[in-house]
Amino acid sequence: MTVRGLSIDNLHVRVGETDILHGVTLHVPEGEVHALMGPNGSGKSTLAYTIMGHPAYTVTKGSISLNGTPLVELSPEERARLGLFLSPQYPTAIPGVTVVNFLRAALRGLGKELPARAFLAKLSQTMASLHMDESFRGRYINDGFSGGEKKRTEILQMALLEPAFAVLDETDSGLDVDALRTVAEGVNRVRTPELGILLITHYNRILEHLKPDVIHLLYRGQIVATGGPEMAQEIEKSGYAPFIGTSAEPEPMGAHHGN
Amino acid sequence: MAIDAEHLSKEYQYGFHDEDASVFRTEKGLSEDVIRAISARKKEPEWMLRFRLKAYRHFMARPMPSWGADLTGIDFDNIYYYVKPTDQQGRSWDEVPEQIKSTFDKLGIPEAERKFLAGVSAQYDSEVVYHNIKEGLEKQGVIFSDCDSGLREHEDLFRKYFSTIIPPNDNKFAALNSAVWSGGSFVYVPPGVHVDIPLQAYFRINSDNMGQFERTLIIADRGSYVHYIEGCTAPTYSADSLHSAVVELIALEDAHIRYTTIQNWSNNVYNLVTKRAVAQAGATIEWIDGNLGSKVTMKYPSIYLMGERAHGEVLSAAFAGSGQHQDAGAKCIHVAPNTTSNIVSRSISKGTGRTSYRGHIVVNEKADNVKCNVRCDALLLDETSRSDTYPYMDIKNPNVEIGHEASVSKVGEDQLFYLRSRGISEQDATALIVNGFFEPFVKELPMEYAVELNRLLAVQMDNAVG
Ligand SMILES: Nc1ncnc2c1ncn2[C@@H]1O[C@H](COP(=O)(O)OP(=O)(O)O)[C@@H](O)[C@H]1O
Ligand SMILES: [Mg+2]
Repeated sequence: MTVRGLSIDNLHVRVGETDILHGVTLHVPEGEVHALMGPNGSGKSTLAYTIMGHPAYTVTKGSISLNGTPLVELSPEERARLGLFLSPQYPTAIPGVTVVNFLRAALRGLGKELPARAFLAKLSQTMASLHMDESFRGRYINDGFSGGEKKRTEILQMALLEPAFAVLDETDSGLDVDALRTVAEGVNRVRTPELGILLITHYNRILEHLKPDVIHLLYRGQIVATGGPEMAQEIEKSGYAPFIGTSAEPEPMGAHHGN
Repeated sequence: MAIDAEHLSKEYQYGFHDEDASVFRTEKGLSEDVIRAISARKKEPEWMLRFRLKAYRHFMARPMPSWGADLTGIDFDNIYYYVKPTDQQGRSWDEVPEQIKSTFDKLGIPEAERKFLAGVSAQYDSEVVYHNIKEGLEKQGVIFSDCDSGLREHEDLFRKYFSTIIPPNDNKFAALNSAVWSGGSFVYVPPGVHVDIPLQAYFRINSDNMGQFERTLIIADRGSYVHYIEGCTAPTYSADSLHSAVVELIALEDAHIRYTTIQNWSNNVYNLVTKRAVAQAGATIEWIDGNLGSKVTMKYPSIYLMGERAHGEVLSAAFAGSGQHQDAGAKCIHVAPNTTSNIVSRSISKGTGRTSYRGHIVVNEKADNVKCNVRCDALLLDETSRSDTYPYMDIKNPNVEIGHEASVSKVGEDQLFYLRSRGISEQDATALIVNGFFEPFVKELPMEYAVELNRLLAVQMDNAVG
């Protein structure tokens, strides 16, 4: 029997010469929203990139699987074709590639190409719901975009690509209250009973919109606490300190080398 | 514009080769006799023969350029300097011989004509065989013909401007062209006439070991406008071919000339071209120059800004695959005050490919209040690819505004990852990044050429295995 959802088991990850993750175990069943929190430098983005298969991150031990399919040996595009989606913390600009051409290429790559008319209609409608001006489709993706524009564009992509599992890395960071609501509503609009989400965030605010089932706390490359939605409120109130000991400061880079 | 994977073809796309239907060609190699034979064959006036012979002496006297790209592979004795494919120029499509027609079919020329052409001037080997000028142009008094006809039919006008901005002794390859030139286009636009449709010429080398030395002369009289488009496609051969053209543009007061080149020589061609323009007061010159293919390209379109308020633009894009060297650039010479220029260069190197940007900006003492902006960006696709920038500035007037920006970047791991994380294959992701990098250039092209360029780029990307 396959386990539906994203399963991470005893994951160890190295970047360059540095071990960053030291045995992360996490299971997000399909249809659930799990929040991943933790001080800066804990390894949250490292986990996100590793799930998606960024070549700079090496899995030294452990496994990741989506709906029972092991991911570690797969290329990023193969993972995407299994339905995985990552909204990175800092989306990359690709000068000269327009939003519309980017999306078309992505749909083609995923084998989900739509007839031109249907595609453009869906694009217009989704952009309108995200309060994005039509002119955005002709802009070069993430090139000169403000933080908020980048995040909206990520949700636009998610809405059109319809993933089975989404990792959203600080998609709420740097957004004002209205923008946050727009983005959160955008995510809710694409939710299906099957869509699983791993939501990396520092703030309770987005969690009020997205209602996570479980909160995980990552610290120094390990999950140090797991709890219900109330845990996010405690973190909001008292910071990370009560969960991780005396200091919420991240360790200096490379100071900790795992086992 | 995205590249479809299915368009990627392993073969050099235009590498087909028609059986040679030439009816006359000179012997291999160059001599005074060969030049006399060319001139006699063309029934040229005496002054042109003397011009050719003088140029030949310059050519012989000058050493090979030692700067720039490696030219040691050129064997001047192993080249046919003149090949005439048919006896007659076909005026209409029906008159063009069947075999040549099929070549044009492969190049898609009739289609292009159907689409938006006024006149298609296609060069098959050294002579223009098919030439069709729409009546509207003739009514406006626009002359658009091959250069040989220009000399024959408009000798006074031709002689007044011919070689006035690129003298035969300008450089070794301009001298060679001056000695053996054949074909190319002659364009004259009368005062105030705006030519609405781009004038297009297709150039094509078809004879093994045959140099092609076309000569183009464009004169835009006061207040006129013309856009000339040159596309080049050579078939693939084992022996190296030489292409050495000379292009002269003359924009009189307030005239505007845009000259677009999409060049895609096969990977054994030496492409050594001299392009120069003068802009009189209030005139604008634009060179839009795309260089794909060839073994070596050396080409530095230049603009002499002779009158006040004259403006020059050079927008170039180059792609060098393994074994290729694109040594390109631009020159702007500000002679008059209040003149402006803008140079944008984008180049991509793949495998062992190499691109160079060679720029030269001159501001004369009397040229007050000049504005000049240079921006060159290079993209490297592999560890083995290379790009260099050689910007020279010669500023003799302190009252100038000059901007220069240059960058060399590698295709970013993060860019590739971002695209791949959306389900796009690594190959398609690279193609998207490459196309995006050329976008500022591509968006200046008419639609058909933009599509064509992206297709050629896809083929080059695929061929240039590192
Ligand atoms: N590409 C990288 N190269 C070197 N170090 C990295 C890289 N990515 C992350 N790190 C290091 O890994 C640690 C965790 O970083 P990150 O995963 O970005 O944490 P978070 O997202 O929780 O703030 C930090 O010490 C960071 O400097
Ligand atoms: Mg992070």
